[in-house]
This record gives sequence, C-alpha cells and structure tokens, in this order.
Amino acid sequence: MKSFRTLVQRDLLLAVREGGATGTALGFYLVVITLMPLGLGPDLQLLSRIAPGVLWIGLLLAALLSLGRMFDVDQEEGVLEVLVTVPLPLELIVAAKALAHWISTCLPLAILTPILGLLLNLELAAYPVLVATVLVGSPAISFLGSVGAALTLRSRRGGLLIALLVLPLYIPTLIFGISAVSAVVTPPGSLEASLLLLSAVTIASLVIGPIAAAAALRAQLG
Amino acid sequence: MADENTIGPERGFGAGLEVTNLSVERGGRRVLSDLSFAVAPGEALLVRGPNGSGKTTLLRTIAGFLSPASGHIRFAGEEELTERVHYVGHLNGIRASLTVEENLRFWSRYLGGSDDRVLGALDRLGLASLASIPAGYLSAGQKRRLALARLLLVFRPLWLLDEPSTSLDARSTAVLAGAIDEHVSSGGIVIAATHLDLGVARSRELRLGFAADEA
Repeated sequence: MKSFRTLVQRDLLLAVREGGATGTALGFYLVVITLMPLGLGPDLQLLSRIAPGVLWIGLLLAALLSLGRMFDVDQEEGVLEVLVTVPLPLELIVAAKALAHWISTCLPLAILTPILGLLLNLELAAYPVLVATVLVGSPAISFLGSVGAALTLRSRRGGLLIALLVLPLYIPTLIFGISAVSAVVTPPGSLEASLLLLSAVTIASLVIGPIAAAAALRAQLG
Repeated sequence: MADENTIGPERGFGAGLEVTNLSVERGGRRVLSDLSFAVAPGEALLVRGPNGSGKTTLLRTIAGFLSPASGHIRFAGEEELTERVHYVGHLNGIRASLTVEENLRFWSRYLGGSDDRVLGALDRLGLASLASIPAGYLSAGQKRRLALARLLLVFRPLWLLDEPSTSLDARSTAVLAGAIDEHVSSGGIVIAATHLDLGVARSRELRLGFAADEA
C-alpha cells in the first residue's frame, strides 16, 4: 500500500509541477460555459433551465482533455515498465493514477462549477445538489477514462480517439447527474433515487475501470 | 551486518535463474528460438549479439513484460519474477519535471526501500551536487547514471540491464562495473546486454543470433 500512496503523491506533485493539465481543463470549462449565454442569448429562464446539463457536459469535456496524459509520458520515459515491477497489481497501479487524476482535475472542476453556475443563472436551490452530484459522479470520469487512456497509449494523437471511446461510457453518469439536479429544480422527481444510481455508476466504474485499463496496458507493455 | 548471513535461499537466491527451451515471437517473427541457459547465484551473464538478435527481447521476457511462445523461465524454482528484478532498459524511467533527488526518492519508496539509501546512491553515481536540479536538465550520461542509481536503492536479486553503459563516461562505467561486481559477489545475478566489456570478474557470455544471421 506504500507503493500506492507514493504513486498517488508523485502524480499529484507532477500535476502541480507541470500544471498544464489542470490549467487547461479549468480554462476550457470556463470558456465553454462563458460562451453559452453569448450564444443562446440573455433569456434568463432558458439559461437557468439548461444550466445543469450545460455545466455537466462542459465538465465532462474539460476532464476529458487531460485524460490522454494519464499514462503516455510515463510510457515514453520508461517509467511504466519499472512501475510494474512491484507486488502491487497493475489494477491498483491504474487505480492510483486514476485517483490522482480525479484529485488533480475533477476536484478543481467541481470547485469551479458553482462559480460558473452564476453565469448561467442557476437556481439557488440547485447549487448544493449540483456540487454533490459532481463530487459523487466525477470519479467515474477518471476511472472509466483510464480505460480510454490505456487503450490509446500507443496511438499518435490519441486525444480524439479517447473522446470517442470514453464519452459513450459517461452517459449514465450524465443522465443521473442531471436528473438529480432536475429533481430539485423542476419537481417532480426523486433526488434520492438519482443520487443513489449515480453512486452506483461511480462504484461500478471504480472496479471496472482499473480492471479494463490494466488489461489494455498489459497488452501494450510488450 | 546481518546482510552476509541472510544471503542464501531465504533471500530468494536458491537455485538461480533457469531458462529452458525459450522461444519468443515479436510481430509474427520468431526472435528467440529454443534458447536454454542457466545462471547461478553469484554470476554475471553478458548477452552479446548483433542488432536485432533478441537481446532486449530476452531481457524483457525474463522481466515478465513479454510472454514467451514456449519454454519456461524459473528463478529459484518460481515462474513469477517481475517483483524480484531490477530492470534498466533503453529508457531511463525519469520524469523531467521532478528533481534528481525526487525521482530517486520516489523510486526508493515505490520499490519498497528506505529513504536513507537515496543520498548514498546519488553520491556513488556522482549526482549528489545535482540533487536539486530538475532531471530534465541533465545530460544523457547523467540521466543514465540516475537510472542506474535505482539499482542501489532496494535489494533485488536479479538485475536485468539493457545496454547499461550507453552514454556513460569511463569513470561512470567503472562505477557501474563496481556495482555489478558487488552485487554478484554478494550472491546476486546480473544479466546485461552490452557491447562493451564491463570488466566484471565473474562473468560468462551468451551469444545470440549468429546462427540466424547466416540463414
């Protein structure tokens, strides 16, 4: 477990040192959400109705930007082949890197979400629910995303390919994330059911993501 | 001081490394076929052969990164040996934005070592004065030394070195030879693919690929 912790710490340190990934994701999120009212016009009611969906989609796309870097530098520099020479299963090595991605990318995005909600006239009652759904749902972004990152490791310009592979997997997270917010903003609807389903998707992804990503990495290590 | 006493089967040397009828395929081509050899504890094996003769393939297969088409690799009777090797390949395994010391400290903790060996390893490979510099600024030879410093952090019985002396100057090559010699005399095994003579005392040679060239 010491190896697991050390790897998470190193990836977080790298995220701080290299900075680019988190900064790009935050900047992208900010720009996309800022463009929305400009493109859709100043209809406050329309904006506040679509705000949860727009924020969730923006967040998914922003988090996707930095996924490609989860393994590729480590692979190019020959770090990955040394990483596997420990008793830690490859699945947990992947989980450590996905956890670091969640902390370094999804958490800052989650913190930015309520601020961007102001730009879209998000209803007051929706703020706590939206942040809660983002926090509960976003680990799925990192853990399912690790599968895409692992599969496209050897392909040049794999960024677009990751989006094609991974975005369909995010659909359940998106649906239950938004339905939880809608339950509060436009009743009827069950907040509790949506949050529970969202947690179920996240928990399933915590298991499935690392197993699938480790299988993909094994095939590519040779 | 207990080190000398604990070397032996308890530390995982046992019967050494045994490779039997190993065949490996890469991209549909058979790179190694029917290779058999054994390396006893306290021995260094220098793998030689022309480019493309399968030196790297052999090392990566022993490390467990590649699975053989047929044959067995056993170390002290066991087939699972990824956790008992130090692998230094063509790539150095260094992250450019971490400092020299951070890189090494990470490997030390990650591989299960203790922090107090880090400074000693840096010192031995002549990197002590560069400890706080981001590794991206090092020269090729200095990066190689940093990669080799990993060998000294944690005890692993089997060292797999792929062209370890690439870009090293004469002094650093001597340090490397000294480290290999020390490892071997304490009962470890070193398998190195290299064109250079590393000047290791107890070593044997394995020649690869000469027959394949004639065919």
